[in-house]
Amino acid sequence: MLIKRVPMFKASEITDYRLYLNRREFMFGAAALALLPTTTQAAQASAAGQPLAAKLNPAYTIGDKPTDFKSATTYNNFYEFGTDKEDPARLGHTLRPRPWTVQVDGLVQKSKQFDIEEFLRFPLEERVYPLRCVEAWSMVIPWIGFPLSALLKQVEPTGKARYVEFTTLKDPEQFPAQKPSLAAFGGVEWPYVEGLRLDEAMHPLALLTVGMYGRVLPNQNGAPIRIVVPWKYGFKSAKSLVRIRLTEEQPKTAWEKSAPQEYGFYSNVNPAVDHPRWSQATERRIGEFMRRKTLIFNGYADQVGSLYAGMDLKKNY
Amino acid sequence: MTRPAQIWFKAVAWVCCLLPLLVLAYDATTDGLGANPISFVTNWLGQWTFRLLLATLALTPLRIVFGIGWPLRLRRLLGLFAFFYASLHFLVWILVDHYFNWDQMLADLVKRRYITVGMLALLLLVPLAVTSTSGMVRRLGGTVWRRIHRMVYLVGVLAALHFLWLAKQGRTAPYVYAAILALLLGVRLWGALRLARRPRDRAS
Repeated sequence: MLIKRVPMFKASEITDYRLYLNRREFMFGAAALALLPTTTQAAQASAAGQPLAAKLNPAYTIGDKPTDFKSATTYNNFYEFGTDKEDPARLGHTLRPRPWTVQVDGLVQKSKQFDIEEFLRFPLEERVYPLRCVEAWSMVIPWIGFPLSALLKQVEPTGKARYVEFTTLKDPEQFPAQKPSLAAFGGVEWPYVEGLRLDEAMHPLALLTVGMYGRVLPNQNGAPIRIVVPWKYGFKSAKSLVRIRLTEEQPKTAWEKSAPQEYGFYSNVNPAVDHPRWSQATERRIGEFMRRKTLIFNGYADQVGSLYAGMDLKKNY
Repeated sequence: MTRPAQIWFKAVAWVCCLLPLLVLAYDATTDGLGANPISFVTNWLGQWTFRLLLATLALTPLRIVFGIGWPLRLRRLLGLFAFFYASLHFLVWILVDHYFNWDQMLADLVKRRYITVGMLALLLLVPLAVTSTSGMVRRLGGTVWRRIHRMVYLVGVLAALHFLWLAKQGRTAPYVYAAILALLLGVRLWGALRLARRPRDRAS
């Protein structure tokens, strides 16, 4: 059977990133640069949308064509800005990603508060990962970051540490949807909390991410720093992190608290385990017409399968 | 209402009912459907189905509460447009979203309760659409016809369940739609009870 693929977007329709920046932010950025002609390279790189240099790591790059930048920055789930896919791009300007610090503590020898600029001094690399949303759509994103394991090694987890808990910023001034309101009824509890087992967090695929598409991470994609765990559903990759804590107990994650029968702690991409309300067997890759078959562990079975040896993946969804 | 006024009235109603489709066509030609166009179109058509269904169900309460009867002339038109949008919503799901992947669709129909009730709601609308002509009203007689068309209340409830069950945690729209439906059905119940309580007033 001949299946014609209808192109959803033409390359010419992809607009330059700066046009998507909020005007105020853009003007502010431009004014700041004009006022401070002596800014260092690092400080320049810190403004969202500025170019961020990183070498491509081919060992962690899939061959699929990256999703166009416009889709990746205008179709987002980031409930801190609102539940509509367009809300994060529309309201993202309320987040102030600089200055920013991340507390890394818990069961570690050397707990430390990191400034965002320190993270930018880790050896950054570019990796192209598939992103599979629990809502059965997917994208392909060129991320820029460094392995989470590099940070964890620096703070030296104690022998008791078994889990890593990630906490997103809670500040209703910067995240409008965190304001208490009737519209937030039945949603997730703030702050957003996610978690990984320590061995999952130490896996070389788990990436602490500060950029994408050769740029500093846009606000709507989780600026200034987020994790990316490519073999799990997208919501596991917590955004705008303010705290990384090592624990002995399994962290209680935001979606687990909100809807435990739908979102488990593991949430590994798995076509054989349905969401209670929809099938996970297929996905729509953004920009494509036909649905694709979803791959177990989002295609990373060889790399991460051994982490779950002997586990019942239907029970540990 | 005079004849020309009636024609104008209906023409305006037609344009209003077609507007969501025109907006969609405009968006489609101007790259306005977003990153996930199929999902956008499906949601849009579903939303307008529900809105038209609620509009259809709002006409009788207008008469009960405010004594305004003339909008009832629009009942058939609005109801048929609700059926029209429901059919498009279904066709996009079957033809575009799943592209004739019958296995997955049948599995979904059985396993996903939001799809089961949505499908049921559409099927129940078919006999209502078929018997919507004036000829059918005459042939069936007012009492039988009215009894059949009360099924639209059930369709409304199924549509509300469809929306509630498919939506993710934290979305408020399904609750708003369900509340409006409850209000519109509640007014009917209240109207019926009020009439039942005063049979002598009516007789006199």
